[in-house]
Amino acid sequence: MSDPGILSATVVGADAARDALAGPRGPKPRRRFSRRNIFIYGTLIVVALYYLLPLWVMVVTSLKGMPEIRMGNIFAPPVEITFEPWVKAWAEACTGLNCDGLSRGFWNSVRITVPSVVVSIVIASVNGYALANWRFKGADMFFTILIFGAFIPYQVMLYPIVILLREMGLYGSLTGLVMVHSIFGMPILTLLFRNYFTSLPEELFKAARVDGAGFWQIYVQIMLPMSLPIFVVAMILQVTGIWNDFLFGVVYTKPDLYPMTVQLNNIVNSVQGVKEYNVNMAATLLTGLVPLVIYFVSGKLFVRGIAAGAVKG
Amino acid sequence: MAATRPIRLFRNLSAKIAAIPMILTAMVVFVGGTAWTVTYSFTSSKLLPKTKFVGLDQYERLWGTARWLISIENLLIYGICMMVLSLVIGFLLAALLDQKIRFENTFRTILLYPFALSFIVTGLVWQWLLNPDFGVQSVIRGFGWESFTFDPLYDARIVIYGVLIAGLWQGTGLVMCLMLAGLRGIDQDIWKASRVDGIPAWKTYVFIVIPMMRPVFITTLVIIASGIVKVYDLIVAQTGGGPGIASEVPAKYVYDYMFQGQNLGQGFAASTMMLLAVLVVVIPWAFLEFGGRKRV
Amino acid sequence: MDPSISIKHLDLSFGAVEVLKDLNLDVGQGEFLVLLGSSGCGKSTLLNCIAGLLDVTDGQIHIQGKNVTWEEPSKRGIGMVFQSYALYPQMTVEGNLSFGLKNAGIPKAEIAERINRAARVLQIEPLLKRKPAALSGGQRQRVAIGRALVRDVDVFLFDEPLSNLDAKLRTDLRAEIKELHHQLKNTMIYVTHDQIEAMTLADRIAIMRGGLILQLASPNEIYNTPACKYVADFIGSPSMNFLDGAVETAQAPRFTCGCGSFALDGYAFGHGPVAGPAWLGIRPEHIATGAAAEPMPIRLDARVRLVEPLGSDTLVRVAVGDQRFWVRMDGQSSIAEGDEIAIGFAPERVNLFDKHTEDRL
Repeated sequence: MSDPGILSATVVGADAARDALAGPRGPKPRRRFSRRNIFIYGTLIVVALYYLLPLWVMVVTSLKGMPEIRMGNIFAPPVEITFEPWVKAWAEACTGLNCDGLSRGFWNSVRITVPSVVVSIVIASVNGYALANWRFKGADMFFTILIFGAFIPYQVMLYPIVILLREMGLYGSLTGLVMVHSIFGMPILTLLFRNYFTSLPEELFKAARVDGAGFWQIYVQIMLPMSLPIFVVAMILQVTGIWNDFLFGVVYTKPDLYPMTVQLNNIVNSVQGVKEYNVNMAATLLTGLVPLVIYFVSGKLFVRGIAAGAVKG
Repeated sequence: MAATRPIRLFRNLSAKIAAIPMILTAMVVFVGGTAWTVTYSFTSSKLLPKTKFVGLDQYERLWGTARWLISIENLLIYGICMMVLSLVIGFLLAALLDQKIRFENTFRTILLYPFALSFIVTGLVWQWLLNPDFGVQSVIRGFGWESFTFDPLYDARIVIYGVLIAGLWQGTGLVMCLMLAGLRGIDQDIWKASRVDGIPAWKTYVFIVIPMMRPVFITTLVIIASGIVKVYDLIVAQTGGGPGIASEVPAKYVYDYMFQGQNLGQGFAASTMMLLAVLVVVIPWAFLEFGGRKRV
Repeated sequence: MDPSISIKHLDLSFGAVEVLKDLNLDVGQGEFLVLLGSSGCGKSTLLNCIAGLLDVTDGQIHIQGKNVTWEEPSKRGIGMVFQSYALYPQMTVEGNLSFGLKNAGIPKAEIAERINRAARVLQIEPLLKRKPAALSGGQRQRVAIGRALVRDVDVFLFDEPLSNLDAKLRTDLRAEIKELHHQLKNTMIYVTHDQIEAMTLADRIAIMRGGLILQLASPNEIYNTPACKYVADFIGSPSMNFLDGAVETAQAPRFTCGCGSFALDGYAFGHGPVAGPAWLGIRPEHIATGAAAEPMPIRLDARVRLVEPLGSDTLVRVAVGDQRFWVRMDGQSSIAEGDEIAIGFAPERVNLFDKHTEDRL
């Protein structure tokens, strides 16, 4: 039944046989500049330029002197590059009585962000681990309430928290704000960690229990070493989220301790004095720099974080 | 044989201790705080919360206040436009990125970066871009079109659309990412089958792929919607609620009455209304998403 | 008559990875051809090339005498059935069957007629108004076949259509596909990694490995005279037993290995006897035991190591010195571990492969 001319192995002279083929052969010819490609890439390039435009305007404005801004076009690159607006934004710009620039806000933000990130991640990871592996009665109910809590507008809980913090003597302090960030970071982070720990093979956990390991031992020696990526995702999520926060900063701290976003808004939107647009843009860029650097460095992990953090809304 | 049955409360004790922060947050802050605010929205609290109940007085006053009505109107305009436009634009961009193009990562990075920025930064940049004396309007006039007017931030009728431009710039990247993930989740065999059937790509999207992505659309909508209700920072940074009170939103109303107007009762009533609005969106979604099966 | 499908000097690479290498294949009119191989052998890739879902790197594809290398899948006169069914989930069964036809501008009356015919053939008439989610796996696969059927094409392509079904259903649907083929007499190309599907369905099987077709022949021929050691090993369960040894041609050809030396009288050498290191392969079912082993030209004494009763027959693992053999015995045989038995086989039944090229001798 075997037909001649069927077996396949590469034959000497195959190329010659191939050249004898008539008609269409090989890949379908596609024009590099087909209408379809022009449409797709054209649209994407236009959209990408639109998205980049504000960044470009921020950068060029912050490098121009005020006379040039008044004369020229905001999209034009600076004729004469000056870093003075940056220096001024960082060290001299005034908010209210303080004239020490954004640097104060920057350091406040660092002092808020670092402990908030650490505390919220520690609490949420332990919590997620308890929910994933040590299910106890009522755990699911609390967890459901927690997740629903993520959708409650913060405005509803603003004032009760003011009272709670005041009772604890923490209202207006950094510690109080760190607590607030840990509380509001909890739903999404707990969800993130719970889902991650649930996805780890359960046998691993069971084997460790059979070997006699306890709650904390399993967490530290088995779960933690396997969870580095999810901790990085959680960190990205929290650092950008807390750094970008405005509402909690303005409600729960006092002017000396305002985070960078609040201070930035006060500098730019202050009604006194002559508007210095170049300083404003330098200050805006400075504030946006931390999350931008994290975004561009972390790449795919950031996308994972927002996909997971999407529920946060 | 003598092993005693452990007391229930102490089983899994470590896990329960570990869950204390979660339980406190859920019960004290989320449930307790919400209940407290709702309760006090029926009182005549002014500078300090007090327990003199006045029924629906605060709500009547709220719905009789022009500023609140403008806030609601703005929120509706902003919300509907934001939902429709960010879904449409986000989906179209995701579909373009899904065409096996080169530099997909570069494009995605560019479209998503505004999402990393805070609303404050977003608001300030667009305030500058839309500045009538230096921004887009002045540049286009500079090209010779002297009568060109594009001044949303100083025009009470359209100021909310000026905010919308900034909001879309910041948020569309996220929608695009979620949509792209949804598109990638479609079985490749579906695309093959539609090619064998000779169905053009746009028809495959409209009649097959988009209906298949219904859950992704719903989840995305809920995410956008719950973000919209919370819009506050963007307004503060970009317009400060102005000109006049033309771009006020509920979240700002709440903050101003609670912490500046010294009229806590109004703030509580307004925030309770916000809660109500969110529940209207979230509860039906939760039923759709989790109602059929038990939550795992 | 022209072959139904003719593939000429087909190359396909993804970047630097060559998936198909100068592949040639002719499929006759009405033939049922199975592409068989383990995962990654290129069988599904080849099918996708035939369907036009992948752009080839070089070479040509002809369907029904027409060069379709650059044609769109829908213009090639093919219908395709996918492993994941790929039904459009938001449409009813009827909608699934008619969507492509409506789109091609076929008149309503004809669409209805084609759907009715396909539904009758596949016995899915009661399901037409249902959505895929309300169907069982087997029903879904029938609808997927129906979608190919209504296209009224000459060539059907199946991409592992039964892999997602459970074993019982797979056997039933396999038989139905075979019946369908007898009824329709279309050309069918069927990709699978399941050798039983291949053996039962195929007119011819093409066994693929590393982008090449190792052997293209009828199921019987592949089973009885595998072209190389890989094919011999791949087909049959449990697989063929292999003895490592050498062919000697000083006098009459003999095979010598660790467990003895036997004459190969009766073995049909392909190109005449060649001396050298070789593998001798013998299928478990071609080994006789006990009294039946007596008349066999090759006889060995073995000890039973393991007994696996399967009901219909019993698999026995025996040892001759260091060499282990699988032997297939009657299901009712009363044999136990540790028994000493005689085994034997005939040289006509063995397969010899060159030790280095692994090609059949």
